[in-house]
Amino acid sequence: MAEFSLPANSVVKKGTDFKASDGVKNIKRFIVYRYDPSTGENPYTDTYEVDMDTCGPMVLDGLLKIKDQMDSSLSLRRSCREGICGSCSMNIDGANTLACTMAISDIKGDVKVYPLPHQPVVKDLVSDLTNFYAQYASVEPWMKTDTATPPDRERLQSKEDREKLDGLYECILCACCSTSCPSYWWNSDRYLGPAALLNAYRWIVDTRDEATGDRLDDLEDPFKLYRCHTIMNCAKVCPKGLNPAKAIAETKKLLVQRKV
Amino acid sequence: MKTSSSHPTSPHLQIYRLPLTALLSVTHRATGVFLAIGSLLLIWLLVALAEGPEAYAQVQPLLQSWIGQLFLLGITYSLYFHFCNGIRHLFWDVGMGFELETVDKTAKLVIVVSIILTVATWLIAMGIE
Repeated sequence: MAEFSLPANSVVKKGTDFKASDGVKNIKRFIVYRYDPSTGENPYTDTYEVDMDTCGPMVLDGLLKIKDQMDSSLSLRRSCREGICGSCSMNIDGANTLACTMAISDIKGDVKVYPLPHQPVVKDLVSDLTNFYAQYASVEPWMKTDTATPPDRERLQSKEDREKLDGLYECILCACCSTSCPSYWWNSDRYLGPAALLNAYRWIVDTRDEATGDRLDDLEDPFKLYRCHTIMNCAKVCPKGLNPAKAIAETKKLLVQRKV
Repeated sequence: MKTSSSHPTSPHLQIYRLPLTALLSVTHRATGVFLAIGSLLLIWLLVALAEGPEAYAQVQPLLQSWIGQLFLLGITYSLYFHFCNGIRHLFWDVGMGFELETVDKTAKLVIVVSIILTVATWLIAMGIE
């Protein structure tokens, strides 16, 4: 049964205000979710007044400026700072996105930063994605074949067949989509979620893969696939512009088509 | 989902700014539930009709009270919303209309058409009276 409210240990309290130093004129307030596992206290939000005249353009720049100059205890994941690694996925201004590709200037009012929704929090903006990765692994995201590989060349694919993978193979597993999905919030123990399902479909439509039937069998389940109700939050937030809802619909279609 | 009791769960509904498409999804479910309840009223009405004028005379004042009228208006809107959004779901079931611009356009279309149909139905019903 879905729990719409937060458990007692997860209710967010008000934290500390970190003021900008005197003379700073161009201020943007960052309200950031904090949780320190060593204290056992509830999570809270700290407010940081960031000097925009000496800050880079993206939310990630702001967060790293806070960490470097105001509060070194802030924890977050980041790596490439250009939207290809998927590490800095978080909830910014009420929607999931990558901190490195989200411009501060696109946010009206305060910049509210939370970890990816409805996940166990390790520390601050770092959430535990163990279940998310296990679900990705469960769709066996690699090419499976029965026939022997040709001895003298690769397994070839026509240009048209290769194009079927466009809009699917680009997934960077940032988890923005799955953790934006209310269905995933309530059922992530049994529903695979948009990211894993998009990747399942990526192998289902790959003409070189020979396990299509097994893959479809595995998804034919009331929860794994059919908890998708086309809410569309996944496609709205994907930082790579992919459409998991569409991939899920195509998978449902294939399941019907093979029966008629 | 059960999460480890030592780790807090990050906020979800509390902080998420649900887009129009998600709000329509919630409304679709809510109107579905409301229609199920409304169908009980319809059955009651039909039973009273079948039993004769005395039984129907008991039901009628209740339906004509302001709360009865409000309930009927709710059922009318729920029916049209669920119907229009249901058509949207049928298109999705055949893999059509998933583009981000299209889902927003059809969402607005569902809202506008369901309101127009509700108003039209009530105007016609009041004209007959």
